[in-house]
Amino acid sequence: MSTTTIPTNTKWWNGGRSPFNISYGKVMMWYFLMSDAFTFGAFLISYGTIRFSVNHWADPNHVFNAFPLAGHANLPLAFVSLMTFILIFSSVTMVLAVHEGHKMNRKGVEKYMILTILGGLAFLGCQAWEWTHMITGDHTVLADNVLNTFGTTVTGNPWGIPADSNAALAALQKTPDANLASIVHSLGHGGNTHETMTRPQMISAIQTAIQSGDLHVTTPGPIAFGGYFFGITGFHGFHVFSGVIINLVMLIKTRLKHFDQRGHYEMIEKAGLYWHFVDLVWVFVFLCFYLV
Amino acid sequence: MSSHVSSPEITHAPEHASGTGRIWKTFWVLSALTVIELGLGYFLYWKHGQLSYGMTLSTKLLIAALTLAKAYYIVSIFMHLGDEIRNMIMTIVVPLMLFVWFIAAFLWDGNAWKNLRNTDAGSRPAQTEQHQLHPVEKDAKP
Repeated sequence: MSTTTIPTNTKWWNGGRSPFNISYGKVMMWYFLMSDAFTFGAFLISYGTIRFSVNHWADPNHVFNAFPLAGHANLPLAFVSLMTFILIFSSVTMVLAVHEGHKMNRKGVEKYMILTILGGLAFLGCQAWEWTHMITGDHTVLADNVLNTFGTTVTGNPWGIPADSNAALAALQKTPDANLASIVHSLGHGGNTHETMTRPQMISAIQTAIQSGDLHVTTPGPIAFGGYFFGITGFHGFHVFSGVIINLVMLIKTRLKHFDQRGHYEMIEKAGLYWHFVDLVWVFVFLCFYLV
Repeated sequence: MSSHVSSPEITHAPEHASGTGRIWKTFWVLSALTVIELGLGYFLYWKHGQLSYGMTLSTKLLIAALTLAKAYYIVSIFMHLGDEIRNMIMTIVVPLMLFVWFIAAFLWDGNAWKNLRNTDAGSRPAQTEQHQLHPVEKDAKP
């Protein structure tokens, strides 16, 4: 290993030295991440363009207000804050693993890599819950002059502006029985009562719920919402997933003492760059989908 | 630390701090920025419908500025870009400056589409959102 000190005006591009005096692998990881930043940036800017082009977009505080095991409690921003802190914390354990790698401390690297992997898995679990909740969470929507229930998908967005209650009551009379049953079911009066209810009974139950304000009927929102939400958080989630796989490979290679034999833990640094990038992207996804 | 460089071509390894103080300090900075962002987010939620357009917009811009601060700390400290030599930093940061133009141009364009939609390409006066409680089908499906 060279111990030469570098003259202050070294000409980096004249050969014999690595450009920027860092390894090829790290430079290329940086350039890959920069191109990935443009991909995510293009997605988010396209989302912003469509969002700016419509009069009404889904209000994130209404869409993302659920928390596991909290039932129907209105908790905007709570679950996504948990996801954000999980990812920040797994970034800290990753940088601590890199730090232990600089000290050639294999046990320390192993410990912090395991914690980082667990953080990544916890984040993926949270995202799986959130997606399931959004896709299966039915809402009553006034569309095509009948009432219907559907969740947030790439083809349906129940988060439009509130429907006029007189229009909703008029549409109620024309709504097919199957839709009425699922609306009554969503009112949550327990059990399977709607299966024994007659059509007039179901209509009157829904009428009462609309008039008392228990049931909020909306119009369909811009369909682009689901596509952008699932597309961008899915692309980010895929990065988290592949980051977990990369970190697992690094953990196994650390355990097999590959990096001790090589004399340096630079692979941990490169995996770390990717992992921090995943956290970096989440900071912007958090901003664009949940905060503003 | 500089004895653990990966190639003889590399003569310089940034001095890594022996302690973890800087890492934990960055963690607390990131947490504090996130908590402030959440506070502003709840401010927007609780005051929903009561704030002026300018107040809402400036709060959202402030949240975006805090997000950029978080990005700076992640890239500079956690990804150690701040420890690399200046030319390396510039090859990463300068191309990203294109985002300034991308964001301005595309959001401007989105807003222009909205105006075209609301005025039927300028053939009728614009309607405000309050007047559109019963949107026609095309508004709901862009």
